[in-house]
Amino acid sequence: MLEAYPDNRLARILLWSFCALVMAFLILPTLVVVPLSFSASNLLEFPPRAYSLRWYEAFFGSATWMAALRTSLILGTLTAMIAVPLGLLACISMNRLGGKAAVAIQGVLLTPSIVPGILLAIGLFFVLAAQRLVGTLFGVLVGHVVLAIPVACIVLLPALARFDWNQVQAARSLGANWARAIGGIIVPQLQISLLSATLMAFLTSLDESVISIFVASGQNSTLPKLMFLSLRDQIDPTIAAISTLWTVIVVAVVLIVTLRQKS
Amino acid sequence: MMKSLPITIDSVRKTYGSYVALDDVSLDIRAGEFLTLLGPSGSGKTTLLMALAGFVRPDSGRLSLDDRDITRLAPNKRDIGIVFQNYALFPHMSVLANVEYPLVLRKTPKAEARQRALDTLARVKLDGLAERNIAALSGGQRQRVALARAIVFEPRVMLMDEPLSALDKNLRETMQYEIRRLHDDLGITTIYVTHDQREALIMSDRVAVMNSGRIQQIDTPQRIYNHPSTRFVAEFMGEANIIAPGLVRRIDGADASSEALMIRAESFHLDAKLVGRDGVALEGTLRAKAFRGENWLLTLALDGGQEILVCIPAALATGCAELATGQRLTAYAPAAKVHAIPGARA
Repeated sequence: MLEAYPDNRLARILLWSFCALVMAFLILPTLVVVPLSFSASNLLEFPPRAYSLRWYEAFFGSATWMAALRTSLILGTLTAMIAVPLGLLACISMNRLGGKAAVAIQGVLLTPSIVPGILLAIGLFFVLAAQRLVGTLFGVLVGHVVLAIPVACIVLLPALARFDWNQVQAARSLGANWARAIGGIIVPQLQISLLSATLMAFLTSLDESVISIFVASGQNSTLPKLMFLSLRDQIDPTIAAISTLWTVIVVAVVLIVTLRQKS
Repeated sequence: MMKSLPITIDSVRKTYGSYVALDDVSLDIRAGEFLTLLGPSGSGKTTLLMALAGFVRPDSGRLSLDDRDITRLAPNKRDIGIVFQNYALFPHMSVLANVEYPLVLRKTPKAEARQRALDTLARVKLDGLAERNIAALSGGQRQRVALARAIVFEPRVMLMDEPLSALDKNLRETMQYEIRRLHDDLGITTIYVTHDQREALIMSDRVAVMNSGRIQQIDTPQRIYNHPSTRFVAEFMGEANIIAPGLVRRIDGADASSEALMIRAESFHLDAKLVGRDGVALEGTLRAKAFRGENWLLTLALDGGQEILVCIPAALATGCAELATGQRLTAYAPAAKVHAIPGARA
């Protein structure tokens, strides 16, 4: 974008300032919690008058918070492990089917990412209730997989559209069955997209709170659910400490994945 | 030499909605034969090839390999080697890994697979390139890798879908001879798809000319070229003139044919002495002339208004440079080169 104005200094300065402003609006609210988390006060106050690590201690010392953290990480991992292969297979079939049928299936498959989360959560609650799955880890997992499949598809569909399908036919003619053609020819070449899809699916689950509030219960509570509940009951800087840790973890994961793709 | 098998295609039909891609096609291919499916795009030749490969399921009809029905057999169980138009090499594997791939799938022991892959690479003159990346190869080298990969597992049938269309002219001609030589060495039944008439004539034992989902004629290259059975084949195979009966005059004055005649542009002479007494003569006005290196192409407007193409080899065309458009000209063709096409209207 900037290359279009190589000589116009004013235009460059304006453009850079605008970008900086947008970045600030996006990033600063996230960063506000960082000083809050190191506050010594019992209340969320900005700027903090004294600093301490007590809220980090509170977090790591609490069995409830630790259980929720574990649940969230397990859920995120399982969600990615289930949603990405399912999404890949769905995308392959849509890619092969083509035409109106593929558009229709794509529409249905992507609805969970369009429908308001609360509607999905209510619907899921009733479906799971009928199966007596409310409150189980499996129930929450189903919800998260449903949300993560469209996310995975959005990453994988364009990658598959660019893929040379003749290669799969060549593999088939050389003696590969479907599983081997997908595993040996498609997957290795879509590695980067699959990695992105896995990361996005993992983060979708990690970030999800509405379904978890409706469906998860007791020891299966996820971290976001517990954060919401604790915000409602008492406002203490533990939330800020968790948010800070959370941001650091997510940024680290995204950075690692991005850097690995570059290399 | 590998054991090659005959193929029988029996009334195979394939439609896409109202579009008929294959219209009850029947064809027998002999064991070890090199048969070319020739036709314009949309003629059904690639659909037929893909049906043999197992990627297109016919609506009706039967495909058999040596009397064994393969119509519904999965592509990976057919043991057919295929060379794709864009080669479809696996870019994430080395040249060697590409060629070893079918052997690995067949659980060939590692050392043997490697040896066979290297031998096959040597056969297609790619020794020394085994460890290369696909991206580092030229178009011609990729073509050879695709060939090696398709023959390394000793398939009983080989299918080739316009394999040379992406190469430049000189390389294409070299590869035509090499593919034919490879076929002769291996004796493998080969079905070759192309829209290039010269390629079909040069390479094939027999040529099947296809148009609108049907086989128009199946014959040896010589018969297809010299004795086309339909107007379509006549015109598709080269610069053919289809001339209405009344416009042709026998040199000896005898009655000319009452059927439409096909005379190829290169069959004409401007000198009556080069044509026998039983030859034919066509009179007209010169409309255009073009020098094409090895020959001159003249466009002659006959008295009825029909235009014909006349092609005179440069060696015999000493006077052509002086010809002026608008002047009267007579073109002669020997009787042997005049071919009646029953039912064709000019």
